[in-house]
Amino acid sequence: MLLFILRRLGVMLLTALALTFIVFYLTNLPPNLEKLAKSEASVRMTDDQVVSWIENNGFNAPVVSRYAQWLGVMPGWTKTLDTGEVRGRCIARGQDPATVASYCGLLQGTWGMSTVFKKPVTEVLGRGLGQTGWLMLAVMLVMVPTSLLLGVLSGMREGSRTDRVLSTFAIATTATPEYVSGVIFIALFASATTGISPLLASWGWIEGKTLFMGTATSAMDDITFWNFALPVMTIALYGIGYIARMTRASMTEVMTAQYIRTARLKGVSFGQVVLKHALRNALIAPFTVIMLQFPWLLNGVVIVETLFNYKGFGWTLVQAAGNNDIELLLGCSVVAVLVVLVTQLISDIGYVFLNPRIRLS
Amino acid sequence: MEPLTWGGVFAGMFVRFIPVWIALIVAFALSLRFKRRLGLFGKLFDSPVGMTGFGIVMFWVFTAIFADMISTMDPLGQFSGSKNALVGAALKAPDEGAYTHFLLGADHVARDVFSRMVMGARDVLKIAPAATVFAFMVGVTLGLPAGYFGGKLDTGLSFLANLVLAFPVILLFYLLVTPEIVQTGIPIYFAAVLFIFPIVFLVLLFQSRYFTNPPKRNLYVGLTLLFGLWAYSGLAFNMDPIGLFSMDPNLLNVFVSVVFVNSPGVYRIVRGMVMDIKTRDYVAAGQTRGEGPWYIMLWEILPNARGPLIVDFCLRIGYTTILLGTLGFFGLGVSPESPDWGSTIDDGRKLLSIVPHPALVPALALMSLVLGLNLLADGLREESLKD
Repeated sequence: MLLFILRRLGVMLLTALALTFIVFYLTNLPPNLEKLAKSEASVRMTDDQVVSWIENNGFNAPVVSRYAQWLGVMPGWTKTLDTGEVRGRCIARGQDPATVASYCGLLQGTWGMSTVFKKPVTEVLGRGLGQTGWLMLAVMLVMVPTSLLLGVLSGMREGSRTDRVLSTFAIATTATPEYVSGVIFIALFASATTGISPLLASWGWIEGKTLFMGTATSAMDDITFWNFALPVMTIALYGIGYIARMTRASMTEVMTAQYIRTARLKGVSFGQVVLKHALRNALIAPFTVIMLQFPWLLNGVVIVETLFNYKGFGWTLVQAAGNNDIELLLGCSVVAVLVVLVTQLISDIGYVFLNPRIRLS
Repeated sequence: MEPLTWGGVFAGMFVRFIPVWIALIVAFALSLRFKRRLGLFGKLFDSPVGMTGFGIVMFWVFTAIFADMISTMDPLGQFSGSKNALVGAALKAPDEGAYTHFLLGADHVARDVFSRMVMGARDVLKIAPAATVFAFMVGVTLGLPAGYFGGKLDTGLSFLANLVLAFPVILLFYLLVTPEIVQTGIPIYFAAVLFIFPIVFLVLLFQSRYFTNPPKRNLYVGLTLLFGLWAYSGLAFNMDPIGLFSMDPNLLNVFVSVVFVNSPGVYRIVRGMVMDIKTRDYVAAGQTRGEGPWYIMLWEILPNARGPLIVDFCLRIGYTTILLGTLGFFGLGVSPESPDWGSTIDDGRKLLSIVPHPALVPALALMSLVLGLNLLADGLREESLKD
């Protein structure tokens, strides 16, 4: 078991290194650096000035060495300009070069400065992740119980009318990406001109103009049902169908097993069979599926936070990518890659723990 | 001119879609008539779910084909004074003989929503199936040997596949689909690698089967190489000597990224199935006869894996459609003016709570197409499991 976990950790580390290097390479392409030079120094720079800016700021070193510096396994570059000023990766403006550490990268906790927000990347990311954490918590609380319930109910009696209806619902939700369901939800529940809000307002049932709020900006300070329900529902809906289908497949398989038939023939009631005998075995597969949904949830988070203007991690990523904020984008990628890899690891290990039939040695 | 009522709007749309209705009736009549001779496709018509899915998918396919006849106005044309016109509103000053109403209203720069939706179907259905086919070629060509030979090849390819799969899709798109990337020429390298796979696949396919019959082999392989490399030079490098095959750099970038994201998934499915099927007796029989490994992979294993692959193909077109929509939604699509559904949703979402119809119409269109593909896949799966 220990060996298995160690090997998984090794592969994970290798994957993380490869992925961050790819992101580093793609964000540090020459055109991006040119754009950075123009946005940081002056828009009307000549080509020569751009080249000298790139040189003076240490961007002309080979990509691998810059990657190692960014990671913190190589000492940061230093350079003495013609003016006598000493510049370096680890030297902030106006700092004495003699006093700074020679290594400054990810491993040392130096994630750089965001050029859009003019703040350290760690601070921007920390705030965004905090906001997204609440969103994800709410999504999980809605998505997991709903989808498991739907899956178990439809898998309990395969081919029944309940099964048909719930399966169709599940297919419909997997066909509805977040940007579609979000648009439909806003039009239905949060528009002053269409959907049910004008009707409710004319009856005097709601105080404001709309039932739900079309943006979740106010949820950043104070989460209420009315400003948070739509974004949460939008993300959860896409996952519900998928997890429910997996649960259903696993449940139907378990329900045809011999021990279930034995229990039924012994005279145990159907409800007891489902709750006591089938459920535990049927929930092994959905566990891995829920864990592997995290990369998709990340996708949903980016779309929903953009659509509902909720300034969390996804919104930060869009801002970083849209404004060529290289350090922030790298920070976002590190977080995203880590989230994906850690959930994969948990799902692998959890699967082994939950399913006694799998032996690793 | 009076604005149309809801009934008028639906009647108007029904009339515009007449070519589609006729084509649908013909398609269904022919399929039902020759149901027993069409194999898996014919069996699809035994399942109501599959038939519904097929109907929805074909509706959009025919809409894309007849888009010029169906659309009421120029999808890029702007009609002054009709900004955000409501559903069924009349044109302020219609030209002589031109259509007089905005069937589904107008958007924030006064373009006809209905025509944009119809033309958008063409954009989506041009890219999504083609990208899925390429992804399948890549996934199949790499997944077959990985599953069949195993060993170092399998370890290496699987690591690469997991690498791509571990990448958050949205991040990958933000890194790959930018104007800067087009400048560096990276999409062309990607295309150079990804577009070679269909040629490799077909050459291996014919070579492994007909190498004992040189005239036939030379004909098939020669034709594949001739047309394959011709298209390859045009599509990947934009250097087609005659100019028949070419691709806009932005479109190429989108296309390549979507293929790149999709192929590891196909690879994993193919690899898993090959590992299962290669233990069967007919594979052992082939090996005993002395057949080459590629013959066994392409002519013995692949045909026996077709059921799940066809189902996955349908699902994957839907998934690709969603991906293309995501790209459009973040403004990374083909061109800002383009009527494809993702970009139109992005355009419409700024005024969503005041005038929802410009975003709602393409959103529902996209949803129905993906739903149709999912239902079709479900029907196919059900019917293929019955044997």
